Amino acid sequence: MSIKNNRLTTAEYQENFADIHPPFETSDAALTEANRCLFCYDPPCMKSCPTSINVPKFIKQIATENLKGSAHTIFASNIMGAGCSKVCPVEKLCEGACVYNMMHEEPINIARLQRYSTEKAMANKWQLFDRKPSKGKKVAIVGAGPAGLSCAHTLSREGIDVTIYEKEAKGGGLMTYGIAAYKVTPEFCEDEVNYITSIGGIEIKYNQEFGKDVTLEYLQQNYDAVYMAFGVGLARQLDIPGEHLEGVEDAIKFIYELRDNDYSKIAVGDKVAVIGMGMTAIDAATQAKRLGASDVTLVYRRTQAEMPCTQKELDIAKLDGCKITWLASPKEIIGNNGKVSQLVCDVMKLGEPDASGRRSPIVSGETFTIDVDMVIKAAGQMPFQSLVNANNIENNNGKIAVSGKSATKLAKVFAGGDCVNGGKEVVDAVQAGKDGAAAILKTIVSPDYIIESELKPTFNN
Amino acid sequence: MADISTDFLGIKSPNPFWLASAPPTDKLINVVRAFEAGWGGVVWKTLGSQVKNVSSRYSSVNYGGKRMMGFNNIELISDRPLDINLKEITQVVKMFPDRAMIVSLMADNDRKSWHDLIMKAEDAGAMGFELNFGCPHGMTERGMGAAVGQDPEIAKMVVEWVMEKATIPVITKLTPNVHSVVPTAQAAVQGGTSALSLINTIQSVTGIDLDTLVPNPYVAGQSVFGGYCGPAVKPIALKMLTTVAQDPIASRVPVSGIGGVSTWKDAVEFMLLGATSVQVCTAAMNHGFRIVEDMCEGLNNWMDEKGFEKTTDFIGKSVEKITHWEDLDINYHHIAKIDQDKCIHCGLCYIACEDTSHQSINVERGNPYNNYTVKEEECVGCNLCKLVCPVDACITMEEHRVAPEYVNWKDWQREGRPLNDH
Repeated sequence: MSIKNNRLTTAEYQENFADIHPPFETSDAALTEANRCLFCYDPPCMKSCPTSINVPKFIKQIATENLKGSAHTIFASNIMGAGCSKVCPVEKLCEGACVYNMMHEEPINIARLQRYSTEKAMANKWQLFDRKPSKGKKVAIVGAGPAGLSCAHTLSREGIDVTIYEKEAKGGGLMTYGIAAYKVTPEFCEDEVNYITSIGGIEIKYNQEFGKDVTLEYLQQNYDAVYMAFGVGLARQLDIPGEHLEGVEDAIKFIYELRDNDYSKIAVGDKVAVIGMGMTAIDAATQAKRLGASDVTLVYRRTQAEMPCTQKELDIAKLDGCKITWLASPKEIIGNNGKVSQLVCDVMKLGEPDASGRRSPIVSGETFTIDVDMVIKAAGQMPFQSLVNANNIENNNGKIAVSGKSATKLAKVFAGGDCVNGGKEVVDAVQAGKDGAAAILKTIVSPDYIIESELKPTFNN
Repeated sequence: MADISTDFLGIKSPNPFWLASAPPTDKLINVVRAFEAGWGGVVWKTLGSQVKNVSSRYSSVNYGGKRMMGFNNIELISDRPLDINLKEITQVVKMFPDRAMIVSLMADNDRKSWHDLIMKAEDAGAMGFELNFGCPHGMTERGMGAAVGQDPEIAKMVVEWVMEKATIPVITKLTPNVHSVVPTAQAAVQGGTSALSLINTIQSVTGIDLDTLVPNPYVAGQSVFGGYCGPAVKPIALKMLTTVAQDPIASRVPVSGIGGVSTWKDAVEFMLLGATSVQVCTAAMNHGFRIVEDMCEGLNNWMDEKGFEKTTDFIGKSVEKITHWEDLDINYHHIAKIDQDKCIHCGLCYIACEDTSHQSINVERGNPYNNYTVKEEECVGCNLCKLVCPVDACITMEEHRVAPEYVNWKDWQREGRPLNDH
């Protein structure tokens, strides 16, 4: 047992990390699916989308072969509509709300249709939005992830010049660095960032770390407003003995390495335990397996009923051959010559519901031990608390506190996305970016300023 | 097991499904395949003077992702040599003596041409003729096809010429490219035709290629009106069939129904409105001859369920149920009811009624699902909500008679009863 790289052939890596949701292969297939849509009034799918994409409208536009119109409908609500079509947990959002579910029929393949439309738009570089005349204002954004890009695009449409300060060498944030590679490729992420910024008026300054290369004070002084969208990025510690051993890694770092390097360079153990059952845990587990680990076990302290990931995600893990151990909580990591060799877990039982409404696990007294050579921690993410504190930003355990949807206590400073909510879906961050832009415009242009997406949905009336 | 065989003026066929005069019946190879597949009869593609076809010849109307809801063609009558057609007809009749072999004819507009053609076709073994008074393209310019069908006097004259020579049943096929098919139907009957068939194709432009701006079908950068057929024309055909069935003169002879027949259910509808046999073309061109199997089985099962032993037990049964508007019962009223257990909350009933009908549906907003209920006092019973509802039997129309007695519009006026309420 050992942690090593280069376990598979190039062809095996390619197969393992190929697109998990292939697009419609023919336009007829898309047309047939689009024509299944009932074009609901006051559509539940739209109401269930955090960015309120007018789903029946864009599907109808695909059905009439008005593809440019369909892409405009999607991007007008969600400028990362292309990426979201690949990474959204649609089974609990739009597709989960589709009325076909009520008929016990397959819901409309909304994500796939959205992907069909947005991929065409990106491939053809359709420029679907014009910038309004310049308002002579400029805004700084910290972080080129979904919230930052969404905020930047919304502001640019309204005639505001935007500069984004990004810590990494590439934009896209979580999309580029934090999601399983079989969902979005690095090339796609780069294309998406380029497509979003092609509207003009958005400059991204890469390798600029907030608090180090650029300070909040500088931004406040040099811009009309600042939007902080630096996400969450620290893995929650397990606080158990052995956490320092070689072979214990956090999932965020593991996935980051995987997204930033050739697959053959990523070292993975033979027998891997992944702690947690959120989306990140699943992404870490499946990718460890796809990198060549022979044995991957997901360890979760509650039961399937309480798991944060969706059933669909769980199914991916199961189909990849990952094992799942429910009601187990890591107690100690045992090492051999400084390297991980075993994971000791408490057997848990469920008690009363906790603050999140889920039944909390209680130690039962029994333990068990599994042989492992790698432990990946995916037990939640923590905000950049020290960063937030250092800048005197009001916060709640590191999560930036905002009034309304995005205003901080600091003058001209707004925030949104994961650094405020502690980590939600990409689509939530996109909506946060729109909300941030709306709040900024109300502050720096006029209190009555209304952006298009704030208007009441028309429900296809 | 019901008996689905038909006797059309002595022409027997094991089932009422004939292939219409069209490309599928243009030559031996197709017709043999059709008979092997189980078709009851064919109307051999129109014989007449030699013609030359162009390409392309067909175009289609697709709707909602489904292909060939409507179909049109600019093909002419058979472009194969007459003697080869006649030889093949003889061969096929020998191979399948139990099937109906009708031959469609379109001679030049003179008595001798018709007489010559009839004698040749009878010699070949045809069991009946169908006079093509309907072809709407190519032949009309020469005074044939629909040009004949559109002029009752000429139609009658041609039928008379035909009846002078024909010793086998003659079916006159009517064009729908008229205000009413009845005058030509009457003329044909008065001219002595043994039967009628309808409808032929309807002049149409199926659509335009938005890249080339040339309408379909494309012939070297140009197009022409083509004959429309397929599922889209069925309602028009049924209406025309009904007018013939209701007319005292036209209804003296049997009818073969044509126009968008695609399934056994379509066939039953045509037969309920008076057709003794039905003719199919587009559905076969879309799916091949194998569709006849389900047509026969479906008809048989339906007849068994309904207790009809033979086709004549139900032919024409629905004719009397189509009346005049002024004879309808004004006191009949029904109101929509939404089954809340079946409702999937799509809101299609609501928006249709709200925007385009009588604002009779309540919406109670919810997230993400709204609830919809009927405002009974506002509902006029138009059916729109029921028609747009995607769930079977979710919206039903419940009878709420205004009064027990039958009152029609004529009585209503005579009695001076109030207007302007629904």
